[in-house]
Amino acid sequence: MLWLISICLLAAVAAPFVYRFFPRHTGVLLLPAPLAMVYWLFARLPEVMHGHPVVQRFTWVEGLGLEAAFRLDGLSLLFALLISGIGSLIVIYTQGYFKGHPQQGRFMMYIIAFMASMLGVVLADHLLLVFIFWELTSFTSYLLIGFNHESEAARAAALQAMLVTVLGGLFLLAGLVLTVNATGSWLLSDIIESGAALREHPHYLPILILVCIGAFTKSAQFPFHFWLPNAMQAPTPASAYLHSSTMVKAGVYLLARLHPALSGTSEWTMILTGVGLITFLSGAFLAVGQHVLKRLLAYTTVSALGAMVMLLGVGTEETIKAMTAFVLAHAFYKAALFMVAGGITHETGGETSVDKLAGLRKAMPFTFVFAMLAGLSMGGFPPFFGFVAKESWLHALGHYPLLIVATVAGGAAYVLVGISVGFKPFLGHMPEGLHAHEMPWSMRIGPMVLGGGSLLLAFFCGTIGHALVEPAASAIAGDALHVHLHLWAGFNQYLLISIATLLLGIGCYFVRPVFLKTALRLHPLVKAGPDAVYSLLLKSVLRFAGWQTRLLQTGILRDYIRITVIAVVVLVGAAFYRAGGFHGLEELSPVSVRIALVAVLMILAALVTVSSRSRLRSILSMGVVGYSIALLFSFFGAPDLAMTQLVIETLTVILMALAFYHLPTFKHGSLKRTRAIDAVLSVGVGVAVTLLVIAALHVHTPTPVSDYYLEHSYKEAHGRNVVNVILVDFRALDTLGEITVLTIAALGGYALLKLRPEKGGES
Amino acid sequence: MEIVLAIVVGTLYGCGLYLMMRRNLVQLIIGLALISHGANLLIFTAGGLRQGGAPILAEGDAAFAQIPADPLPQALILTAIVISFAVTAFALVLFLRTYQTVGTDDVDQLKETDT
Amino acid sequence: MSSTILRTATRYMFPPLLVFSIYLLFRGHHFPGGGFVGGLFAGSAFSLYALAFSVSDARRILRSDPRDVTAAGLALALISGIPPLFSGHAYLTGTWWMLTLPSGVHLDIGTPLIFDIGVYFVVLGVVLTLVFALGEEQ
Repeated sequence: MLWLISICLLAAVAAPFVYRFFPRHTGVLLLPAPLAMVYWLFARLPEVMHGHPVVQRFTWVEGLGLEAAFRLDGLSLLFALLISGIGSLIVIYTQGYFKGHPQQGRFMMYIIAFMASMLGVVLADHLLLVFIFWELTSFTSYLLIGFNHESEAARAAALQAMLVTVLGGLFLLAGLVLTVNATGSWLLSDIIESGAALREHPHYLPILILVCIGAFTKSAQFPFHFWLPNAMQAPTPASAYLHSSTMVKAGVYLLARLHPALSGTSEWTMILTGVGLITFLSGAFLAVGQHVLKRLLAYTTVSALGAMVMLLGVGTEETIKAMTAFVLAHAFYKAALFMVAGGITHETGGETSVDKLAGLRKAMPFTFVFAMLAGLSMGGFPPFFGFVAKESWLHALGHYPLLIVATVAGGAAYVLVGISVGFKPFLGHMPEGLHAHEMPWSMRIGPMVLGGGSLLLAFFCGTIGHALVEPAASAIAGDALHVHLHLWAGFNQYLLISIATLLLGIGCYFVRPVFLKTALRLHPLVKAGPDAVYSLLLKSVLRFAGWQTRLLQTGILRDYIRITVIAVVVLVGAAFYRAGGFHGLEELSPVSVRIALVAVLMILAALVTVSSRSRLRSILSMGVVGYSIALLFSFFGAPDLAMTQLVIETLTVILMALAFYHLPTFKHGSLKRTRAIDAVLSVGVGVAVTLLVIAALHVHTPTPVSDYYLEHSYKEAHGRNVVNVILVDFRALDTLGEITVLTIAALGGYALLKLRPEKGGES
Repeated sequence: MEIVLAIVVGTLYGCGLYLMMRRNLVQLIIGLALISHGANLLIFTAGGLRQGGAPILAEGDAAFAQIPADPLPQALILTAIVISFAVTAFALVLFLRTYQTVGTDDVDQLKETDT
Repeated sequence: MSSTILRTATRYMFPPLLVFSIYLLFRGHHFPGGGFVGGLFAGSAFSLYALAFSVSDARRILRSDPRDVTAAGLALALISGIPPLFSGHAYLTGTWWMLTLPSGVHLDIGTPLIFDIGVYFVVLGVVLTLVFALGEEQ
């Protein structure tokens, strides 16, 4: 699996080059990467169907016990198949959609990179790996939404989508870490099998909430749904792929994946069913008031994701089966409809509003057929797979009359949208001034396979149910289930409800103008919703950043030093406070007279340096400090240091004398109050550093590395002066770095002095 | 013994910082140099003071008779001394050029010259 | 800044100072000394010369630009790490050649010594680059 994902990533990297050399066949040439995945998945289908997941593990970071673990079970297989299968179609579609577009290579790169990340999310077994791929999908989504980066709206939408999903990702990470703490394993497969361990853990509720926030932001659940309709700024191939059939389902996937470990509590049912229901209904309600093709589809996507979460929340065997079937049905018809919508806009020269489109059936007969098929599947008309899924959904909710009512209302909205996109643009008379032609073959394949597939799946629903839905549903339930999907389940109350939904939906379609008007009236209310909260938050964050920058970054050097000093004093103080005060004074060795004398000399010299108003006196007293340090070095067995310090001090004094010749005397005084504050701060630092030195004396490493140096210096490195041997042999690479720094400092200083800008010049 | 050196290190840091918070460029440099001294002495003291003699093997001996002073902090400090010299020299040159270009040695007035 | 006494003293002290710096460099492996302190010492000697006479005099007596001295030192240090690569060791691993002179004296010559010479020239070059540049400042 690692290899297949890597192949996709390689294809992504190669995409711009492929486009450069074969601009007309980029999609076809890149197709082998996703197709290899599809082929591999089908080859593994028999094993997985019989309940034997495919497991692959690679050592990643051995020292940390990290491994790149992948696992393919029924749920992963269903999602991976959708991702790579629809991905293949999208790659071909992109070739036609971006025909002649100079940036096609870049787009291909993003979309294939996204595919690789998304495959990683559903195939990874290690939670860290899941998280990394999860964030990668957010990132690639950002690049895709902001693909038209000249457009401000696209940039804002891209940023919004990324901020919302990445913020959710951080919550998710916290939830995952807590999960690992509770179960003791990073592997999803272990966590799923941990039974009630997670549910009975005291951290269960925080874990559930954190994971839910992560999943809800990604899957556009209320109140985080707002980013998805805005994300329609992305080019249509990306919308069809990421924002309908794959990425937004990552949240659903994760909840389904963790279902065996987290579900079965009243909290799970309440949160998921509640949020799912609200999202389902509000998405459906907002959808019917739209007239832009892609927004119609986007809001129904929000709604459909809500439905999936709702079904997961109820969590009976039947609802799990229904959800799995619905995931499949939705991916087929929604991706097809998006491709159709993109095709219509593309071939009519940019028309996006349903209300301005009509009579395209003659110009685009082929598109019409498959748009119709997908639209009917979306509405839940028989004999389409959408109908099959809707039937099992209604069946599953048999004991929940309230949810049935909601389903009827939401379902009617799907009928309305299905007709609006699948039929409306093609029927009636073509308005004046509208020109259209058929999509190229590369753009037809996607709708053809997916629209036609919506019909075919229904006829083979028994097989599909057994081969794909059953293993997936079993993985979600954590228990072997048996799935029997029927196109004709007999004449019963659910069929009646289904027919009622269809009739209601068709009825609604004819009074669509009423919805549009209502939507217009409610527009200010929607505007004031979560979207407004988001912009308010974003603005406040920026304002806070500006405020604290102006407060801390005054541009005055002395303020920076003061802030640093205060931070040091506070942090060191806090560290001592937490360590329970200060100790260690008792272990110190006695003070000898000569060292005390040198110390007093140094302190006096330092104070003279500070208080002197004369430059020469300052430099000389600083020299006294330096020479005294040399003296100290020689007292404590460091002749090398003593010598070096002596020569350096001399050189420093010479350099300063040379430079100060060109600099003025001290003439800028500070206010008395400023001086007092600075003095207090300086004393604070002095005390903090003194305490630190004493505290540092009691830090002992078990086996000091110096012992090794002392022992081997002469034997191996032929040197009696251990300090020198360390410098030129044991740690020669460090020394090499040091002398390089020296060289750079010297060249920098030389350049500053010798390379003069022209008078009045800019640089 | 350590307590005396610790106090000296603290004094050097305090004095150095006080000088760095003054308005004259020259005082800023001297402050920097004082802190460099303090840092070197800090490593030296924190590395442990041993009066066992220099870590230099006497001629004819194959191993140290008694544990000498720790050679590792000494090696670190040796390079640190030279590096801090280079830093001080670089700062010196930088401030000199600043003074020549901007025409003031008042640190507070350097803010306005940002472009 | 210069006086006759200083000039005369410098003229006589300069050669022994330079010799002493080289002595420091070569004894460094066994006794206090080494490339750092040797280079600094040589740098001080040239700085003294520049103070006593003039920077251009000091430049003349050095013969080459201090920046070239720095570069040469750095190159020498870099090259000294290469020989161990041929015997399969890591870069900069100390490699030694034992020589026994006809007179019976043992000489250990190793890459660390070459490295130390490189350090010597880098430090000398760095000090002089800065001192000369500052000294020439108008």
